[in-house]
Amino acid sequence: MPDFTLPSIDYLAISPLLILFGAACVGVLVEALVPRQYRHPIQLGLSLVAVLVALVMVIRLAGTAVITAGGSVTVDGPALFMQGALFVFAFVALLLIGERRVERQGAFVAQAAIPVGSRADTKQLTALSATEVYPLTLFSLGGMALFISANDLLTMFIALEVLSLPLYLMCALARRQRLISQEAAVKYFLLGAYASAFFLFGVALAYGFAGSVDFADIHAAIGESPYHPGLVFAALALIVMGLLFKAAAAPFHVWTPDVYQGAPTPIVAFMAAGTKVAAFGALLRVTYVAFEQLAWEWLPIIGVIAVLTMMLGAILAVTQTDIKRLLAYSWIANAGYVLVGVLAVGRAGASATMFYLVAYGFAVLAAFAVITLVRDKDGETPYLARWAGLGRNSPLIAGAFTLVMLALAGIPLTAGFTAKFAVFSAALAAGEAWLVIAGVLSSLIIAFPYLRVVVMMWLSEPTESTSTVAKPGILTGSALAIGVAAIVVLGVAPGPVLDLAHNAAVFLR
Amino acid sequence: MSDFPYLSVLTAAPLVGAAVVALLPRSRPELAKRVALIWSLGVLVLAGATWVAFQPTGDTFQLRESYPWIPHWGVNFTFAADGIALVMLALIAVLVPLVILASWHDAERPNMRRSVPAFFALILALQGTMIGVFAAADVFLFYVFFEVMLVPMYFLIGAYGGARRQYAAVKFFIYALVGGLFMLAAVVGLWVVGGGTLDWQSLTQIDMSTGTERWLFLGFFLAFAIKAPFFPFHTWLPDAGGAAPAGVAVLLVGVLDKVATFGILRYSLPLFPEATLWFAPYVLALAVIGILYAALLAIGQNDLKRLVAYTSIAHFGFIGVGIFVFTSQAGTGAVLYMVNHGLATGLLFLVVGMLVSRRGSSLISDFGGAGKLVPVLAGVLLFAGMASLSLPGLAPFISEFLVLIGAFAVNAPVAVISTLGIILAAAYVLWMIQRTTHGPVNPKLTSMPEMKRDLSLREKVVVAPMIVLIIFFGFYPKPLTDVITPAVEATLTHVEVSEPADAPEAQP
Repeated sequence: MPDFTLPSIDYLAISPLLILFGAACVGVLVEALVPRQYRHPIQLGLSLVAVLVALVMVIRLAGTAVITAGGSVTVDGPALFMQGALFVFAFVALLLIGERRVERQGAFVAQAAIPVGSRADTKQLTALSATEVYPLTLFSLGGMALFISANDLLTMFIALEVLSLPLYLMCALARRQRLISQEAAVKYFLLGAYASAFFLFGVALAYGFAGSVDFADIHAAIGESPYHPGLVFAALALIVMGLLFKAAAAPFHVWTPDVYQGAPTPIVAFMAAGTKVAAFGALLRVTYVAFEQLAWEWLPIIGVIAVLTMMLGAILAVTQTDIKRLLAYSWIANAGYVLVGVLAVGRAGASATMFYLVAYGFAVLAAFAVITLVRDKDGETPYLARWAGLGRNSPLIAGAFTLVMLALAGIPLTAGFTAKFAVFSAALAAGEAWLVIAGVLSSLIIAFPYLRVVVMMWLSEPTESTSTVAKPGILTGSALAIGVAAIVVLGVAPGPVLDLAHNAAVFLR
Repeated sequence: MSDFPYLSVLTAAPLVGAAVVALLPRSRPELAKRVALIWSLGVLVLAGATWVAFQPTGDTFQLRESYPWIPHWGVNFTFAADGIALVMLALIAVLVPLVILASWHDAERPNMRRSVPAFFALILALQGTMIGVFAAADVFLFYVFFEVMLVPMYFLIGAYGGARRQYAAVKFFIYALVGGLFMLAAVVGLWVVGGGTLDWQSLTQIDMSTGTERWLFLGFFLAFAIKAPFFPFHTWLPDAGGAAPAGVAVLLVGVLDKVATFGILRYSLPLFPEATLWFAPYVLALAVIGILYAALLAIGQNDLKRLVAYTSIAHFGFIGVGIFVFTSQAGTGAVLYMVNHGLATGLLFLVVGMLVSRRGSSLISDFGGAGKLVPVLAGVLLFAGMASLSLPGLAPFISEFLVLIGAFAVNAPVAVISTLGIILAAAYVLWMIQRTTHGPVNPKLTSMPEMKRDLSLREKVVVAPMIVLIIFFGFYPKPLTDVITPAVEATLTHVEVSEPADAPEAQP
């Protein structure tokens, strides 16, 4: 029997992960042991506290750079920066998930799988609120946090599943519009499963090439010989494909609009801000740490994907009539801009990418906070036509959404502009002028739909079908306020966050 | 006293005012108007103090202030003014109180229920961003104001304009954004070439390759050509100018568009001198086409506000000619034109707006013989028309004359063709006046009580200062030329053709 020594684990370094997974398990116990009517405040409080404590730990860990847990987890600058961003986003998203005043009993049902329209399903529409969503969120968040600090492909794959499976489920939990909610979940699950399979296949090929799934080993294996077999390219392609699916880059984007439209809005907010950070965090790590020496091979291909993503997202956004779908295509286009940052290989590229993710995350959180508020008696009304003249009746909410639209369009003094400047300048400094040109062109196109929403809200007369705006509860109100404040602060005084991103942008190999 | 941060205070003051006015209750429109007016007069006083603090014989760039902003990108809040910027700042400060007074009732027309405080807050916000554009001495800061400026203007046109306001507002925004994004690419390029700084003064020192310089020039020029607008990027202006409320239209063509010609002088020439010389013949061609084409279209217009908008495009052609022949005479003329055009076309827009609001229609064919009903108004219209066609003795004449003799010295064909524009200008102005205020009275007008109301005291107070300034500068432009000429000469040293004798070499 071979000697087996337990790997030494730096518990402090991975404490954010432990806190989240621990709190998620406690949440499951709460579901089992606490009477239904008390669960909501307990679960919400538990989740918020867990996320906050994890955030505090991340801040305390700042500057740490270790590889631990038997070489499976890296805790370095990029990981901590993006984990911090994730936790802030998750905190805001949890506020939206926990909102009970806008919709009685919250936006979620307990059992996603009950056939729509069946007696059980009708019953659960009016049933007491479901709180399974909190542990699910924590598991998913823990998965995302692990995803960006994985140090080998296998850990990354496990994290991918941990972050994805709860999301598939949560997509189906909408209290209203059960059918499209289920449809969204099924689409997301099926395509997500394919993507996972691609990723896993890539991992296997990488193992075949390097004899290890560790990033540093792969890096070393590539460095050993100047001639590379097709195996390594196939591995890289399949792994990146899996990651680009999560990031919703073209041509792996088709699930996005349907999922955005069908999933409960607070979950979409969580996904849009969080999954994007996780996906690009992992993409950065795979491309910068494991396959950096192949940059000349993957740069042009990912460059083409970036251009395709920006263009496709922008062009398809133009025709949308549903604001959630519009934001989905906007997400796709933005994935292209983030890729532009990734392609500026190096420290500037990594810091620009991370800054972009932060700026974009706050913008979408604010956007979805507004969407949860615009409704009629049957629930949310994300149809563009029903937002006509919204500015007349609720100038503050319409003003907040206008700010989000201006930020997404990249108007200066908003976070969106700073972020665009960051990725474009990094790309141009890396000599990728063609990406900047494509970025500019697609920004032009996508400004159109954003502007149309603004026109609808301010310049159109309200009609009889114009939705009303629910009075935001303290939870949604704070979520919206945080989002709006961040858009302005990152636009007007981005210096500290830029510096933070720059200082953090050193990967540990 | 010389350490007083004039330019940043001048930029911030209207923005603070905008916030104050925006917070006033919607139910008290009169209060909002008065606060806005008094605030803009305060800004005018500040601008006056800035003018006094500026030494015409001193350094090119004065009143310099710099505060760190985004150290990571080497971006600072740097403000500084040369003579060109100074006269534009003064023009804004003079125009905005008049515009506020002229727009007194524009936000409360019977068929729209828009917030009055918001309207005046937007005007003040626009003023703040426009001042920022001219005061900025950092390319990043300039770009920020250049883009943010769009937002209040977009809402002013889109929410308070006339028919087709939404179409016009969106078209305006998209056109400007197209230019702005190309400029963004160029700004990013400049940042990379400049080694991580966007400070104007350091950027003028760097050498770049010819290819890079031409691309960057194009990025900036495209933004400016759309904003100005030069032919063939002009189609948004008649729509925007036609749909905007009269006062807003004054700011649009009087000041906002000048950002483009200012930008060419401040950024294109000093930062990309060789590229500017290389592109000059093409720009001159566009400018000359613009003069003739827009004048011809102006003659054909049946809509008063669109007509004025087209005259403005023609005038911008003159400014373009003045800049791109690279003589100090023509350059001074061009900058002087930027001011005078703001006054003359501004007055024309205002008085046309007064006429249009009385008739409730902007179609020329709906008028006829209006001079018999509202003689004072018709007189002011005639005066504004004469100023617009550059009658000697009125301010625009001097600037047009300077541009043409400056151009003639180095490029006679351009000067001669441009002169044709003056003849066409006489045609569109005189024909427009003849069809609206002269001739037999349109019977429909006599039945409209509104059309019998001549200029009110408020309206007289609006037009009088502009008339006085147009006459004053028509005879005595020295206060302006004193500050403009050194700045223009300093700008032209960058392209190294300050003397007419050298200039022909500029033509490849």
